[in-house]
Amino acid sequence: MGRYVARRLLIAIPTLIVISFVVYAILALAPTDPLASFGADPRVPPEVRERIRESLGLNQPWHVRYVKWLIAIAHLDFGYSFMSRSPVIDLIWQRLPNTLAVVGVAYIIGVLLAVPIGMISAVKRYSVFDHLSTTFAFIGFSVPTFFTGLLLIIIFSVKLHWLPFIYDSTLKVTSLSTLGDQIRQSIMPITVLALFDTATIARYTRAEMLEHLPLDYVRTARAKGLKERLVVLRHVLRNSLIPVVTLVALGIPAVFGGAIVTEQIFRVPGIGELLVRSIGQGDTPVVAAILLIFATLVVLFNLLADVLYGVLDPRIRYS
Amino acid sequence: MAATDVEIARLPANIEMKRPARSLWGDAWHQFTRHRLAMAGLFTFLFLIVFTLFGPLVYHTAINVIDFNVSLKGPSPEHPFGTDDLGRDMLARAILGGRVSIAVGITSVLVAITLGLTIGALAGYFVKLDSPLMRVTDLFLSLPILPLLLVIVYLFRDSLRAAFGPELGIFLMIVGVIGVLNWMPVARLVRASFLSLKQKEFVEAARAIGDPDSRIIMKHIIPNVLSPVLVAATIGVGGAILTESTLSFLGLGFPSDVPTWGRLLYDAKDYLDIAPHWAFFPGFLIFLTVLSINYVGDGLRDALDPRKTS
Repeated sequence: MGRYVARRLLIAIPTLIVISFVVYAILALAPTDPLASFGADPRVPPEVRERIRESLGLNQPWHVRYVKWLIAIAHLDFGYSFMSRSPVIDLIWQRLPNTLAVVGVAYIIGVLLAVPIGMISAVKRYSVFDHLSTTFAFIGFSVPTFFTGLLLIIIFSVKLHWLPFIYDSTLKVTSLSTLGDQIRQSIMPITVLALFDTATIARYTRAEMLEHLPLDYVRTARAKGLKERLVVLRHVLRNSLIPVVTLVALGIPAVFGGAIVTEQIFRVPGIGELLVRSIGQGDTPVVAAILLIFATLVVLFNLLADVLYGVLDPRIRYS
Repeated sequence: MAATDVEIARLPANIEMKRPARSLWGDAWHQFTRHRLAMAGLFTFLFLIVFTLFGPLVYHTAINVIDFNVSLKGPSPEHPFGTDDLGRDMLARAILGGRVSIAVGITSVLVAITLGLTIGALAGYFVKLDSPLMRVTDLFLSLPILPLLLVIVYLFRDSLRAAFGPELGIFLMIVGVIGVLNWMPVARLVRASFLSLKQKEFVEAARAIGDPDSRIIMKHIIPNVLSPVLVAATIGVGGAILTESTLSFLGLGFPSDVPTWGRLLYDAKDYLDIAPHWAFFPGFLIFLTVLSINYVGDGLRDALDPRKTS
C-alpha cells in the first residue's frame, strides 16, 4: 500500500512537469503580447517598452524562461501579477475563501442530498419517487448553470426582490443579521451548483445500487432474516458507495472549474472569476498559476480516488 | 366450402416460414421505441434540427434589422420571441444561433469520437502501444478542461479569425479544441472493449484464416464496440453544446455577429431586469436540446445493453 502510493506520487511528478510544459507552451506560443496594454499607449516610447520587457525577462529565449519558471514554481513562487503587481499566490489566497464558501458548501450539500436520493430511487425502482428523482436528475445535468443562475436572478432578485444578485465578499459575519445576509447571498449560487452536483451523483448512486441489489450476497443477507433496512444500509449501500466515493473525489477538481460560470454570474470574487478576468487582461502569470493549480488538484485527487478505492474495496490489490 | 379449403391450403405457401430478419440494430430500435421519454427526446431533437435548418424558409424576418422603436420588447405577434436592445428579432436570431450551436455539438463530437476510437483501438489491440497511449490519455485527463479551453480560445482566436474569417475560424477552433479535449473517455472505453474482445474466438478465427490486423480491427472488433461509443457520442453532443454555450456565455466563444444560443445569453445578461425574455428563450432552447439528447442517450443505453432483454 505505502509502496503503491509512493510509486503513484513518483509518476505524478513527470505528469505535472508535462502539464506545466503544455500550459507554458500554450501561453508562450500565443500571439498575444503581455505588454499589449502598454502597446496601446502611444506615450510609452519603444526603448522604454524594451526595457520593461527586459526587466520582466521577456527577451530571453523561451526554453530559458520555461526552466526558470519551473524552478520558481517548484519553490511555490508563482511570480507577480502583471496587472496588480502583487504576488500571484496572495491573489489566489485572497480568492480561495470565497470559492470554498460557495463551491465547497454546494458540493457538500450536493453529496449529502444525492446519496439518499439515489439510494431511495434504486430501492423503490419505478416508484413515483424514482420517476421524480430521475426527471430531476435529467433536468439537473441538462440545464446549463448559467441558465439556472439567470432564471433564479430573474425570479428571486428581479421579480420578487427576495435575494441580492451580487455576492458581496466584503461582508463580515459578526452578528445574526450579517449571518442572515451571508446566507441570503449564498443561496442562489449554492443552489445552482448543488443542483448539478446532486443530479450527477444521485444518478450514479442509483445505477450502482441497482447493480448490487440483485447480487447473491444480498439474497444471503435477506435469507438469514436481516431486516430490509439493514440489508440496504449495511450491505448494499456500503458496497455501492465505493465507486461513488471515487466519483466524489474525482469531482472535486472539476468543481473548481465548474464554478467559473457561477462565480461569473453572481460576481463572486473567487478563483474562477480571477481566472476569467486574468485571461481577459492577458495577465499570464496568474493564468499559468491557476491552470497549474487546477492540474495539480486533478492529479492529486485522481491519486486519492485510486487509493480510497483500494482502502474501501479489499478485493483490489496493488501490484 | 371448397373455396375455403383452397384458401387454407394456399395459406402456408403465402406466409412461408420466413420471419423478418432480426438484426442487432433492428432489435435495438424496437427496444428504443418502447422507451417513451427517449422517443419524446428523439422527436424533440429532430424538431429542433428541422426548426433551425428550415426555420428561415418559413420565418422570413432578418436577423440583423436594427429598429430602436421596438428595442427590448417582450414577445408579440410580430416578434414571437421579443427583441434585443437594438430591436433585432430574437426568434430569427435564435433559429440561426441554434444552427451554429447544434453544428458545433455534432462536429466536435465527431472529432472526439474519431480520435478516441483510433487511440483506443490502437492501444487495445497493439500491446506495445498500450502503455504509451494510455499515458497520453491519463495526461489529457489531468488537464483542467474548461479553464484550458478559455485560455486557448482567448489567445488564439484573433489569429484564426485572420486565417479563416470570423465565422469559420472560430468554428474550427471551438470544434477542434472541444474535440481534442474530450476524446479520452471514448478512448478508455474502446480500449477496454478491445482488450476483452481480442481474446474472443471469433477474432482468433479471423486471424486463423489469415486476416490482416487492419481487417480484424475494422471488420471484426470495431462493429462490436460501436454501441457504447454511440451512447457516449450521443451524450457527448449534449455536453459539447453546453461547453460551446458556456464559452460564448463567458464572452470567449463566437463574436456577437454570429448569434449562438450561448452568445445570445451573454448579450442578454445585463438586461435581466428589463428584458428577461431575451435570456429566457435561448437558455430554454439550450436546455431543451441538451435534455432531449440526454434522454435519447439514456434510451440508447437501455436499448443497446445486451443484458437487458424483454
